[in-house]
Amino acid sequence: MVDLSVKIGDLSLRNPVMTASGTFGYGTEFEDFVNFSRMGGIIVKGTTIRHREGNAYPRLAEVPSGMLNAVGLQNKGVDYFCENIYPTVKNYDTNVIVNVSGASIEDYVATAEKINDLEGIPAIELNISCPNVKQGGMAFGTSCSAAAEVVKAVRKAYNKTLIVKLSPNVTDIAEIARAVEAEGADSVSLINTIMGMAINAETRKPVLSTVTGGLSGPCVKPVALRMVWQVSKAVNIPIVGLGGIMNATDAIEFFLAGATAIEIGTANFIDPSVTMKVVDGIEDYLKRHNYESIKQIIGKLEL
Amino acid sequence: MSKKYQLDGTVIKNEWVTSTYFKMTLSFETLPEIKAGQFAELRIDETPTVFLRRPISIHDVRPENKEMDLLIQKVGDGTAWLSTRKEDDKVNVIFPLGNGFDTDVAENKPVLLVGGGVGIAPLLHLGRVLSSEGRKVHFLLGFRKEADILPLNAYKEVGEVFITTEDGSVGDKGFVTNHSLWKNADYARIFSCGPTPMMKALSTVAREKNIDCEVSLENKMACGVGACLCCVTQTHEGHKCVCTDGPVFNINELPW
Repeated sequence: MVDLSVKIGDLSLRNPVMTASGTFGYGTEFEDFVNFSRMGGIIVKGTTIRHREGNAYPRLAEVPSGMLNAVGLQNKGVDYFCENIYPTVKNYDTNVIVNVSGASIEDYVATAEKINDLEGIPAIELNISCPNVKQGGMAFGTSCSAAAEVVKAVRKAYNKTLIVKLSPNVTDIAEIARAVEAEGADSVSLINTIMGMAINAETRKPVLSTVTGGLSGPCVKPVALRMVWQVSKAVNIPIVGLGGIMNATDAIEFFLAGATAIEIGTANFIDPSVTMKVVDGIEDYLKRHNYESIKQIIGKLEL
Repeated sequence: MSKKYQLDGTVIKNEWVTSTYFKMTLSFETLPEIKAGQFAELRIDETPTVFLRRPISIHDVRPENKEMDLLIQKVGDGTAWLSTRKEDDKVNVIFPLGNGFDTDVAENKPVLLVGGGVGIAPLLHLGRVLSSEGRKVHFLLGFRKEADILPLNAYKEVGEVFITTEDGSVGDKGFVTNHSLWKNADYARIFSCGPTPMMKALSTVAREKNIDCEVSLENKMACGVGACLCCVTQTHEGHKCVCTDGPVFNINELPW
């Protein structure tokens, strides 16, 4: 029996496999395909202080080995979550983590405060990296001072595990990671989507309603791995790695690069039971290499 | 919401029915109950330009044989790959997805099923369901020209078939909304699937004649299960997912 358990701040995960925000709904959408009790956690949709209709459509462009999305944080707001979603998800036999987004520091703080009161939510993932909203979102994640300011404010209002989701759309992701670590983040997750665009040559128009969107899928994995590796050398807090993970081998690569846990995102769209296969595959890998614990491979890239 | 399955289907038959449309028959160890108007997400392999599954409406089902038919138009690389599947090949399918048509019709009048192009696919299964409930079924099917007309024998077994072609080579000339049957149209409900401009024009006619009307929409999709929020359409209640809130909407829900 290998030990797959890891800790992110005060958060205990039975295994290091979670689902990425915006790719797994509230979990209920995938109930027919997975067993929640075999997952480390579910990170639910980006939640904002007020209802958001999201962007106009088209919101999706397929690209080789990936996709661009321009959803724009469509959600019904934190109060709706607390009243209508939380009563269901709190009963899941896994960690349910809320991804918190905002357009101002006040919004982030107010949303985090409301989630702080929910006993069944052990952590939040602070989204300072959404590329699809005009105001806020990524603006907080692309400068050290703005990232530090929002994390500092949320840290005061939120006393459980605080994971900060970083944007890859920066010159030096390591310095952003250091800035949020200094303000009390318990962990950083990376990467959010990479800003990209798609053009229809025939119509000479952009494919997405917003012109640009967030790139995800296996095409971003090399960038994500590189950033996890860079951040792992820069900070002492645990890293949650994500970006194009499609199978257990991909996941192992993130652990070797320095991730303590991983999130599976876009792969859920191709194979809704992929998380189960990744958990099994990680266990097989560890057995095959005679490891007793997942912790023995974290950051063990051999240079 | 019906229980969803991810299953490998075995290709029993895969044949071209016109130069651009093919019919794929898949057999399963267990075939879930499928409502008319529901769809499947088919995994595409071995195709570097294709990443996402392809949503395909369910054309016909034979529960006794655990088989379902998909009528597919070859559009891009994903559907091209599907068209090359041979007998005994496996295709991974997530289904049944979406809400399906509301076949619970109170009035004891005929129903009209209006399709255009590949949109006629789900109307066969729908016609069978309605007909098995003792309902008189009329199909009104629109095509560009004679060469585009899909095989209609199965439709003719289920109900009366009316055709329009844009060039007038077969049936009435023009679009489905130009057909002569509208002069005396008296239906309990209209069900439609086809190009959006066709369904928008149809919704205008349905409103004029005060006939209840459901339309099946399509959109680019990723997950198919209501998680990614990519396939939304505008409704009177804001953005709704075509994959789970639809694909079938009553025209009263839509700002058409």
